[in-house]
Amino acid sequence: MMHSFDITIDELSKIEGHASLELKVQKGEVKDVKLRISENRRFFELGVRGKKYNAVPQLLSRICGTCSAAHLMCSIESIERALGIKPSEQTEILRDLTLNGVNIRDHAMHLFLFVLPDLFGKDSVLEFDDKGYEHELLQKALEIKRVGNLLSTEVAGRAVHPPFPTVGHFLHVPSKDKAKSIISELKKIRESAIEFVHIFYEKDFRFEMPDIDFMAISSKGYSYMGRGICTHSDGYCIPDNDYNRFFKERVVPYSQSTGFSFQGKPYMVGALARMNINGTNLHSETRKSMTEDNAFPSYNIYHNNLAQAIEIVHCIDSSIELLERCEFKQENLRKFEAKECEGVGAVEAPRGTLFHHVKIDKDEIVTYSNLVIPTAQNQVIIEKAIGKMVEQRISEDKGKKAIEKEIETLIRAFDPCMSCATHFLKVKWSEK
Amino acid sequence: MKKKLVIGWFTFTCSEDNTILFVELFNQYYFEWKDKIDFKHCKILKSKNEFGNFDVAFVEGAISTKREEDKLLEIRDNAKKLVAVGACACTGLPSGQRNSFNEETLAVIEPFLKQFRLRKKIVPLSDLVKVDDSLPGCPMVPNQFVSLLGRYFQEFKVK
Repeated sequence: MMHSFDITIDELSKIEGHASLELKVQKGEVKDVKLRISENRRFFELGVRGKKYNAVPQLLSRICGTCSAAHLMCSIESIERALGIKPSEQTEILRDLTLNGVNIRDHAMHLFLFVLPDLFGKDSVLEFDDKGYEHELLQKALEIKRVGNLLSTEVAGRAVHPPFPTVGHFLHVPSKDKAKSIISELKKIRESAIEFVHIFYEKDFRFEMPDIDFMAISSKGYSYMGRGICTHSDGYCIPDNDYNRFFKERVVPYSQSTGFSFQGKPYMVGALARMNINGTNLHSETRKSMTEDNAFPSYNIYHNNLAQAIEIVHCIDSSIELLERCEFKQENLRKFEAKECEGVGAVEAPRGTLFHHVKIDKDEIVTYSNLVIPTAQNQVIIEKAIGKMVEQRISEDKGKKAIEKEIETLIRAFDPCMSCATHFLKVKWSEK
Repeated sequence: MKKKLVIGWFTFTCSEDNTILFVELFNQYYFEWKDKIDFKHCKILKSKNEFGNFDVAFVEGAISTKREEDKLLEIRDNAKKLVAVGACACTGLPSGQRNSFNEETLAVIEPFLKQFRLRKKIVPLSDLVKVDDSLPGCPMVPNQFVSLLGRYFQEFKVK
């Protein structure tokens, strides 16, 4: 039977922000896929121009509620690199802890509230049983999310738009007693976090894209902070401050966001990319506690969920080690000289590699800002994946309703963040 | 059947930080709220949403298009109480930062305003509809939300 049909999903649910989808199939062939990111633009890159450099990180944090700490870290790093400020080792550790907290909390929200119902054939966690296995699972999930929130709050002052991290240092540091109590809470959720790794490994779906490329920051200890180099799945390395020579903007006329390609090819960023590139650098305790990391490298898009579940355990182990090792002391801002300068920050946000580029004049005023957002980078590959998955399911004789359901599930696996993707001013970049 | 507070949770132009905070409050209150709240429309939690006859509509974000304006008016018509949640809903900022761009910068964004039919000015909810309660802050203060919810439980006789 030759399938011809249209699918329109007006409001995708259980994702961050607003998006819709249009799909056209004629005689079993996908003719058109349009993922419309319909979140309205807020023009942050223009909004920061004319503001003093130290006001900018908190403003750019407001791009996104759930990724706020990643934007904050990236903006701070871009300004420090511009001004030549070298943060202390303690500040770098506190930043690692902040991003660990973000990743535990953010991945937990995505996996447990958005994806878990798909795995149990339900529309929402609200439909989970009031007692028994599903109830206990949800209790464990919320507890993991709570402790991720706690880690961010104690280290950075708040889980959403954290106030303590600033250019050059942290305005407040956790006391020894606080650190001890966070360690104890992290240890309590560790077993549950590993249980979820098993669940996502055993129950999640399968859809492979073997021709896909991946991009992530390379780091020795699977840190989410930029250490100067990005790597491609082929092992190709570029300095992160050279990002605009390599990434090419693709205008997506029907979307409020902008797509990207790397050396002319679409690519994927996020937890799956990180595990494919850096999986062997996970914390040693994490690797000792599971075998599921052997699933990587993987071309199964749904393994982005498994990768996030593994990252939660890594963030727990990494945070326990950092908090046990360090005793934090209040530090003063290191001195620097104002000058005309520019810098690029790069961090691994929960959904992938994030770049902030800033230019500052001699009066410490920001004159230029450009941001490259993970979901915008993934937009092209999401559409390609949907097209390919739909044709595959048609060849397996799946019906329109089942296909429509899987489209939402597949988009969810990419964990898109629409708030982040739509703050843009379009910029023209030349490809190398 | 036990009376539940029928709520809708909606977002317009914003960072969705209050929606994230709302979800974070589940860590502490989920099992209590599940018993007392009918999440009739809550896109962050479910795909099978229903619209209409809300006791309380929580609305996050500023209004930046005619489409959002129409939707807000529809929400107002279908809710006994409407709460503005967060700085963008209460004051229009920071989402409305383009309202104060200079002429040179406005000229840069003009094509996008036309292409996506964005309003000339981004406005807070109270410019367009009656707002019963406000939860200011970027993001809102979690305890203020919990306290307001408690007040609505009493007002709508939810035990």
